[in-house]
Amino acid sequence: MREPLIFDQGRPGRRAPSQAPAVAAATDDLPVGLIRRTPPPLPEVSELQVVRHFTRLSQLNFSIDTHFYPLGSCTMKYNPRAANKMAMLPGFLDRHPLEPEAHAQGFLECLFDLQEMLKAATGMSGVSLTPMAGAQGEFAGVAMIRAYHRARGDSARDQIIVPDAAHGTNPATATMCGCAVVEIPTGPDGDVDLAALRQVVGPRTAGIMLTNPSTLGVFERRIAEIAEVVHGAGGLLYYDGANLNAILGRTLPAAMGFDVVHINLHKTFSTPHGGGGPGAGIVAVNDRLEPFLPIPIVGRRDGAAGHEYRWLAEAERPKSIGRLSGFMGNAGILLRAYVYMRLLGAEGMRRVSGYATLNANYLMKRLADAGFAPAFPRRRASHEFIISLKDVTRDTGVSAMDFAKALLDKGFHAPTTYFPMLVPECLLIEPTESEARQELDAFAQALIDIRDLAFKDAAAVKSAPLTLPVRRLDEVRAARQLDLTWQSRTDSPPVRLPQTPN
Amino acid sequence: MSNVPNDLQYTAEHEWVRREDDGTLVIGITDHAQQQLGELVYVELPEVGRALKPGDAMAVVESTKAASDVYAPLAGAVRAVNPALTAEPELVNTDPYGAGWLVRLQAADSQLTGLLDASAYTALLDAAD
Amino acid sequence: MPFIPHTTEDTAAMLGAIGAHTIEDLFDEIPAALRVDGLAAVPVGLSEAAVTRLMRERAARNRATLCFLGAGAYEHHIPAAVWEIATRGEFYSAYTPYQAEASQGTLQLIYEYQSMLAGLTGLEVSNASLYDGATAFAEACLMAVRGARQARARRIAVPRYLNPVWLKVARALVAGQDIELVEMAATAGRTDLDALANLDGQEFAAVCIPYPNFLGGFEPVDELTNWAHARGMLVIAACNPTALALLKPPGEWGEKGADIACGEGQPLGIPLSSGGPYFGFLTCRKALVRQMPGRLVGGTVDVDGRPGFTLTLQAREQHIRRSKATSNICTNQGLMVTAATIYLSLVGSEGLRRVAAQCHANTRDLVAALCSVGGVTAPLGPFFHEAVLTLPRPVAPVLQQLAAAGILGGYDLSADFPELGSAVLVCATELRIAEDVAAYRLALAGVLGVAVAA
Repeated sequence: MREPLIFDQGRPGRRAPSQAPAVAAATDDLPVGLIRRTPPPLPEVSELQVVRHFTRLSQLNFSIDTHFYPLGSCTMKYNPRAANKMAMLPGFLDRHPLEPEAHAQGFLECLFDLQEMLKAATGMSGVSLTPMAGAQGEFAGVAMIRAYHRARGDSARDQIIVPDAAHGTNPATATMCGCAVVEIPTGPDGDVDLAALRQVVGPRTAGIMLTNPSTLGVFERRIAEIAEVVHGAGGLLYYDGANLNAILGRTLPAAMGFDVVHINLHKTFSTPHGGGGPGAGIVAVNDRLEPFLPIPIVGRRDGAAGHEYRWLAEAERPKSIGRLSGFMGNAGILLRAYVYMRLLGAEGMRRVSGYATLNANYLMKRLADAGFAPAFPRRRASHEFIISLKDVTRDTGVSAMDFAKALLDKGFHAPTTYFPMLVPECLLIEPTESEARQELDAFAQALIDIRDLAFKDAAAVKSAPLTLPVRRLDEVRAARQLDLTWQSRTDSPPVRLPQTPN
Repeated sequence: MSNVPNDLQYTAEHEWVRREDDGTLVIGITDHAQQQLGELVYVELPEVGRALKPGDAMAVVESTKAASDVYAPLAGAVRAVNPALTAEPELVNTDPYGAGWLVRLQAADSQLTGLLDASAYTALLDAAD
Repeated sequence: MPFIPHTTEDTAAMLGAIGAHTIEDLFDEIPAALRVDGLAAVPVGLSEAAVTRLMRERAARNRATLCFLGAGAYEHHIPAAVWEIATRGEFYSAYTPYQAEASQGTLQLIYEYQSMLAGLTGLEVSNASLYDGATAFAEACLMAVRGARQARARRIAVPRYLNPVWLKVARALVAGQDIELVEMAATAGRTDLDALANLDGQEFAAVCIPYPNFLGGFEPVDELTNWAHARGMLVIAACNPTALALLKPPGEWGEKGADIACGEGQPLGIPLSSGGPYFGFLTCRKALVRQMPGRLVGGTVDVDGRPGFTLTLQAREQHIRRSKATSNICTNQGLMVTAATIYLSLVGSEGLRRVAAQCHANTRDLVAALCSVGGVTAPLGPFFHEAVLTLPRPVAPVLQQLAAAGILGGYDLSADFPELGSAVLVCATELRIAEDVAAYRLALAGVLGVAVAA
């Protein structure tokens, strides 16, 4: 059953009267030339219609609360409800960001504690909570690296090295910071090609962006050597924290030689994905980069009545790369991450990486035993692993995309497909530690069943999904005949002036 | 398998070049390239009159999966761009060497240096497989 | 073990299947020199009951106050249904809608959101949102530079009374791309049209026009729009979205209308939340759609001809263009957009107009009430829902004393804009009823040591 657009459910003059003032206040003191003449095309619906419409829309979605979501690189673990409830306590939720610090001590203490725990988890000495997404964290990281070199009088360093398996944000971020990207290849065993790295480092190297475990799902075993090569050439190391779930509490980015880290709180620390956001991409740095951290940062001093928490003043952070948000970042997300970390504690964090890795290795073994082809069969899986379906594709014409769509029919969200681009017809599978063994077994069986069907009746797999609200969508048409708003559709009625409301 | 006409010249970046009788050069992307990209949804073309050096990003061809730069194979000024591609970018897929041409250049130099002939381009494609 | 479902039997069986003895074996590829035993500095885990107690105690330390402070974040009534629905698990814990068939709820919602924001701003297309207003403004500047015809024009003209934090954020974000933001001269709380001639001889990609401006007042939007277009510049409108229900939208400014609109979406159903998460909106003319950063949802059909929605024009985005991307943004503020779309559906066009009108009326009443306190004046012209007041004393101590009395009096303008003197920016939304205004008036009189009639 299709749910019509909210606009198409309206009738002229219909509204939810209790949601706005009963009377329209006079505004004739406003400049006449600035008054709006045609009302904006917002829906004209009742409150029940709104509730029903959006409730029905929600029911068209897959979500972690309803489906297993083995999306590699995304860490789709359970989002604890307690985190949401605590973040939405009125004392936090109703507070204006510019309220005096004296009235915000509880909030600031949570943020300060969070800063400290993130330092511990990374081995770093400074943290800024302000970046609002992983991509902003990356921007902050690269910007700090550039600022560091400039402060040393070394402005020629404008190259960022990136492995060819890197996530797309990495090179985009480098370009945003005015840097050129230099790609280096990955070897057949999943490690970065050290010889190639030695070739490209030099006086123009600002730094290297890596994640460890890498996007290929394996640990970068020679990370200590990589750090030596890059540091030796005068560059710095940036850690993309997308895969932190694999190593939480087991090794520290600082120990590996990284100078700056960003962490996706919406991955490792389980803040909600919300259908696309909001996230938080905090950055943690060592002493070298500490002066350049984006602001604001929470500080603490000892006052007469105990600890006093405050925002460090701009004047105290003269080398900062600046502000990245209108206020201080995604406060509510930070509070959710904080609650999650307090629920886990130190031992809980170590368990996260342990069981995430157990689940990934178990699932990889089950699939390998069933005849699927892991990309790195001789390596341990980290918290995720890749299988390549290229042989199945060669023999049946059924692609990784087809497998993904068929999984949807079986009630599983698909894994990440076609990333990293290095492995043909790949599925990047990350079960996370939240999932029980029976879920993993059911998922493995689903893949086996789809493969069997691919050999028996490839067309059946290629026609998936069949049981969802829509079948496969025409993406070419979506791009060629842009239909981005209701009012642009030629068959939508013209905007009506509102009738006298009730 | 892709089509590689014998009477054209090619670049390693999968562009083809044809010299016209009036001395201008017509440039497009090869059959191999359009297959890799998939159905095109949009083509971004340079302004007429723009001066290009070899290797300049001259145009962008966009499918739902990828957006790729098309590079100027030689130095020259843009004399014309294919007007049909605004409404029908898919011409690049259906007729990459004919109706799907991208740009017409007035070459700075009458010599076509540094280009591959059909057999050299085919060899390059075979080696990549 | 919080959130770990494994029993001892499960773990043993799984390790057996893998051929490992312990979980630690699975980490044998990590060089010993890099390993740590745990995170000593992180406290022991707490039960949900204990964390609840801790957080309640901390939240209670944040004193409730009567809010007359705006300056970029506004306290409006949020219908109860908004967050009840937005926090349903199917919205809350859904991923980015890359598998469109499994995400039609999110995708249709974003399409409806795009429609509403495009319509509200009077422009043709909207993206699926950006992080917040400040970064949306920065992205609008980047977009204008990309879309500019003149290759050399890596400059944006900005009015003096733009939100000062937005200016700082934009400068931080565009610093690496060699783009300059140039301040325009102001007079009497708005851009000085007579001083525009001073900018002749410089090339600009765009001008930014806040609406209302940071002081709550109105820039000469039509004149600035026409001036910019005559010089081949794009016009970026930075708007308060509530105001757009009442005021002429950017698409109708001047002869040709603005080209890009951006702003902070927090007023649309998002609580103050101590500063975030909020969302930024970005809309534009159709001709600029390929320069727009962020996600876009488009309508299409499936193989059976059934209507549906999908992410479109993704080739512009980071995961495909990589180093040629228009921006590195990889997200939209999905949950906040969900709330805003539900909010806009509940208040509707007439409702939002009434909210805006009430905000204006309440601020007008607030200004009148406070100016009846000796020494307080309102020096500037027309305003929307924030206004500048000058006080007979330095602002900071006055605000401090008001805060101690439970009143958030406003934003101290004297540091950012010393030419305004002892100036404070006050705001009254539709929630500030007559009693609240009376309480502020009395408290202010007390702090200033002035007698007032009750």
